[in-house]
Amino acid sequence: MDAVFSSFDEYLAAFGLTIGLFVVSGIASLVWGTILAVLRVGPVSVLNKAAAVYVALFRNTPLLMIFIFVFIAMPVLGYNFKFVEGFEIAGWNVSAFFFRACLALTLYTSAFVCEAMRSGVNAVPLGQAEAGRAIGFTFAQSMSLVILPQAARAVIPPMTSVLIALAKNTSVAAAFGLAEATATMRGFTNDNADQRIGIFLAFAIGYIVVVEVISLSSYLVERKVKVAR
Amino acid sequence: MRFIRTKAVVATAGLALALAACGDAGDDGGEAPEVEVADNAADEFDDGTAMKEFAESGEITIGVKYDQPGIGFKGATDDMPVGFDPEIGKILAADLGIAPEDITWKETISDNREPFLQEGEVDLVIASYSITDERRQVVGQAGPYYVTGQQLLVAADSDIESLEDVAGTEVCSVTGSTSLENIKAEGAKPRGFDTYSECVDQVLSGTVDAMTTDGAILLGYAAENPDELKVVVEPFSEERYGVGYSLDKPEMCEWIVDTLTEAQEEGTWDDAFAATLGQSGVETPEPPAMDECPAA
Repeated sequence: MDAVFSSFDEYLAAFGLTIGLFVVSGIASLVWGTILAVLRVGPVSVLNKAAAVYVALFRNTPLLMIFIFVFIAMPVLGYNFKFVEGFEIAGWNVSAFFFRACLALTLYTSAFVCEAMRSGVNAVPLGQAEAGRAIGFTFAQSMSLVILPQAARAVIPPMTSVLIALAKNTSVAAAFGLAEATATMRGFTNDNADQRIGIFLAFAIGYIVVVEVISLSSYLVERKVKVAR
Repeated sequence: MRFIRTKAVVATAGLALALAACGDAGDDGGEAPEVEVADNAADEFDDGTAMKEFAESGEITIGVKYDQPGIGFKGATDDMPVGFDPEIGKILAADLGIAPEDITWKETISDNREPFLQEGEVDLVIASYSITDERRQVVGQAGPYYVTGQQLLVAADSDIESLEDVAGTEVCSVTGSTSLENIKAEGAKPRGFDTYSECVDQVLSGTVDAMTTDGAILLGYAAENPDELKVVVEPFSEERYGVGYSLDKPEMCEWIVDTLTEAQEEGTWDDAFAATLGQSGVETPEPPAMDECPAA
């Protein structure tokens, strides 16, 4: 593991990028996936079907193929997202590569978020929605004030699994121009063929720590918001 | 994967056309040179050596790359890999009395070369395998049989002319490769991809500014797309390609060095070069002198 300890800043930077990919595409997936779930249970038939097609399409396609589409096919078609490099957020420029990786991860993960969220909506007793309608709530109001808050509490364990899968799926970006943990590990082993096992362990432990932090925080949230039955 | 496979087929067809074109021009290069397979090779070697075993069994497994035109390339529909590395493999196998069609080729990528040798998955690795001290701790590397250096492949209308121009640009290569580390040291943003062909696509579509790796590989890609791509910058590193073997069979080093030295003297090395890397227009260089083998 000497190779890792002697350039520990590179190790940390690699996991920093992994966590960056996870956080940005995690938030984006939760938002977009929830919107999709609302569309799927909503009253508008055409949106309903569109969301169902989206889920079927992206949930059934391997993540690697979505990456290939975003990184190799889309630039050929003229969509390379270079324009995001013009924006500056708090003195930090988003690279087009980071944007594309988050896009691919979000397209994929939001399909799973949608289905987890929908199972949560189904878990909310029908009477809750009827009660909301009885006091004159619109669909948007009863969704945002009554149903989604209860659904979100019910889906914490399956949503955690979706997020853990996302954290590990960020490693696909290693093959698409991002120096995240897996790509950096391959750089390390290439330079230090004699320390292969130590390097592998160091990076495996890094992933375990990241995933443990996610599952621990989900456990704490779950305990806090658990519905008393 | 449909997309990639189609591209591979197109690339292969392109290569085949390029080779056919050379034939039309009355140039007999492009055809794989014939290697003379040794008769009764088994008698040449001492009992108990790895070479004796290979010669007696008539089988050898060689790891080469499949995605580096000129060096080691195999299209989806090809039976055998072509390139300078497979030619070197044929020369070595011929000395053991093994004909080219009896060699078992196995694709190796940069990451699995040491494990493949250590586990006996392959007997030799000839896969643009640069000799380094760290690698020599875990596997044997005999050679070098070829010396090249890192260069840049850019779009034909690119502004990048010297190594100073890469600072701040995005440059791709294969994930985890030494080339990527070297270009990072020059101030470029490194972009690692799984294969060289994906990296070339990034240059062609304009998502990255340049691709970097050994000049020999870049020339192969530039030759496939001469209107859109060009190779710039003098080589700025030294990569010494060696033949990898298992440290369990240290006797192989002497044999590899002797066989390759003989090939250099007899001109089969030159023929192999002219038929492969030479196709991209580079002159056949002076063959490099081999390192001494470690005392077994």
